[in-house]
Amino acid sequence: MNPIYAKRRRRNNMFLGLSVIATLFGLGWLAMILGTLLYEGFSGLDLAIFTQSTPPPGLQGGLLNAIVGSLIMTSLAVLAGTPIGILVGTYLAEYGRYTRLAFVVRFVNDILLSAPSIVIGLFIYELIVVNMGHFSAWAGAAALTVIVIPVVVRTTENMLVLIPNSLREAAAALGATRAHVIRQVTWRAARAGIITGVLLAIARISGETAPLLFTSLSNQFWSADLNAPMASLPVVIFHMALSPYDDWHRLAWSGALLITMAVLLLSIIARVLGSSTQSERS
Amino acid sequence: MAVIASSAHSPPAFNTARIRRAHRADHIFHALTRVCAGFVLLMFVSLVLSLVLGAWPAFGAYGFSFLWTEVWNPVREDFGAAAPIYGTLVTSILAMIMAVPIGIGIAIFLTELCPRVLRRPIGIAVELLAGIPSIIYGIWGYFVLAPILQQTIQPAFIGFFEGVPILESLFAGPPYGIGIFTAALILAIMILPFITAITRDVFETVPSVLKEAAYGMGATTWEVIWSVVLPYTRSGVVGGAMLALGRALGETMAVTFVIGNAYSISPSLFSPGTTISAAIANEFTEAIGDLYVPALIELGLILFVVTFLVLAAAQFMLYRLELRAGGRS
Repeated sequence: MNPIYAKRRRRNNMFLGLSVIATLFGLGWLAMILGTLLYEGFSGLDLAIFTQSTPPPGLQGGLLNAIVGSLIMTSLAVLAGTPIGILVGTYLAEYGRYTRLAFVVRFVNDILLSAPSIVIGLFIYELIVVNMGHFSAWAGAAALTVIVIPVVVRTTENMLVLIPNSLREAAAALGATRAHVIRQVTWRAARAGIITGVLLAIARISGETAPLLFTSLSNQFWSADLNAPMASLPVVIFHMALSPYDDWHRLAWSGALLITMAVLLLSIIARVLGSSTQSERS
Repeated sequence: MAVIASSAHSPPAFNTARIRRAHRADHIFHALTRVCAGFVLLMFVSLVLSLVLGAWPAFGAYGFSFLWTEVWNPVREDFGAAAPIYGTLVTSILAMIMAVPIGIGIAIFLTELCPRVLRRPIGIAVELLAGIPSIIYGIWGYFVLAPILQQTIQPAFIGFFEGVPILESLFAGPPYGIGIFTAALILAIMILPFITAITRDVFETVPSVLKEAAYGMGATTWEVIWSVVLPYTRSGVVGGAMLALGRALGETMAVTFVIGNAYSISPSLFSPGTTISAAIANEFTEAIGDLYVPALIELGLILFVVTFLVLAAAQFMLYRLELRAGGRS
């Protein structure tokens, strides 16, 4: 064979081989992490996790207060963040698509979307914790809201932009105002996509630790008082994993498994919803 | 027809009050969405303001020398950001060096080589992994990776490079397990799915006619990737890598577990260090005194400014790719 061809073929095989190795190597790490998580998590999982609060070292206990705390703060953040996020996304996609305000908001929103979450924690600390004078579940929920809004804004805008203009024009031709068109036509057409965005936002905040460390702090005991510090799964995992006690380590792994399962489940539901709308449209 | 045509000029023959109401509702809804959009701006501005105000006392006390002072002494209230800034930059850059080639390699595998049956499952797996919270990577690094590194890889490196100039000090012992290198490795594993997912999406924007034309001229797969796919997607790949860098710089939980929390700059990659986010996460709730909290907030402000610049550059690169993709279609 012509030596140039042979050389080109060798190069081709070498680099493609490297990309296969990279895939095996990269996926190998991730498989190891999931493997350890499943093994350690399931070996410590029992009913007490869901029925008892976090124990002092050496005693039996569970993660009930942390699970409930996470659920409360996540729900508050989603309840507050979703309507705002959808309205902002609507402004960006409908009323103000080409305005200067929309351009700036889009840019700022994308920055907030990937801003370090610990900085958001500092922001809420300065804004709420300092002014209230103490750590509280409200502050934790506010920090999570700041994370929810950009995610919902981005997905809502992306979904609304996909709606064909002929739909809007058809509704407008019947005499509907823009508010009518948006609420009765485009929101409905994009509903599954918007719900996908909300689910992704929930998945994102259910594992967030850094913004809760010094807003909601943590609480060793059962508490549903929104004005008091509240435990949350990620923060409890953080403290327990860094402690020197073996039984706390086991609880930390079980908690980590719970969070991962919740996040994976939410992402899978979001993905199924998202792909079903796409196939409807095409 | 005549009736409708005349109604456009003469006063309308239908319910004007109702129309006016609908218009008012439209105005209100428009204003509402605009106020919410303004709220996002307000959130951003107050974030910056609160960080600046919170950091103000520290800024007044240390000035710009805060940036290059290596001391961190809470007892004497002597603070300098050099060690955390160094740790943040070194761990993130090391992580990028490890993760970017591998992430691009996986994306190449997924778009060009992978059998069609496996393409979707692996792609979905990568995307799901990109969503796993960082604390999971953190505790895995702390309980699994650090002991392995301590017992096998680190002693091997230290022994291997002993006596080699420069490299000797880069891989100097003792092998703690935790430290800069471990943190960088965990970061690399964490941003890997993220880089892969973005790069793959970007690779898929290459029009197949371009690739087919190159194949038609007899190019090998690698030549198509190197001379067609990569040049076409350059700004997208760079933008994606910078988004990943933004994530690595600000990552807290994956790093805090394994960094070792030591306020010193050591040439050895195996020595413990600290990063901005780890310093804040570890010390913020225990900080007392007039300058401790402001110093930590100033660290946060520095982190925010750095990530802002990186993310803004990333936005710019991705925007350019979008413009071009839009122009072609």
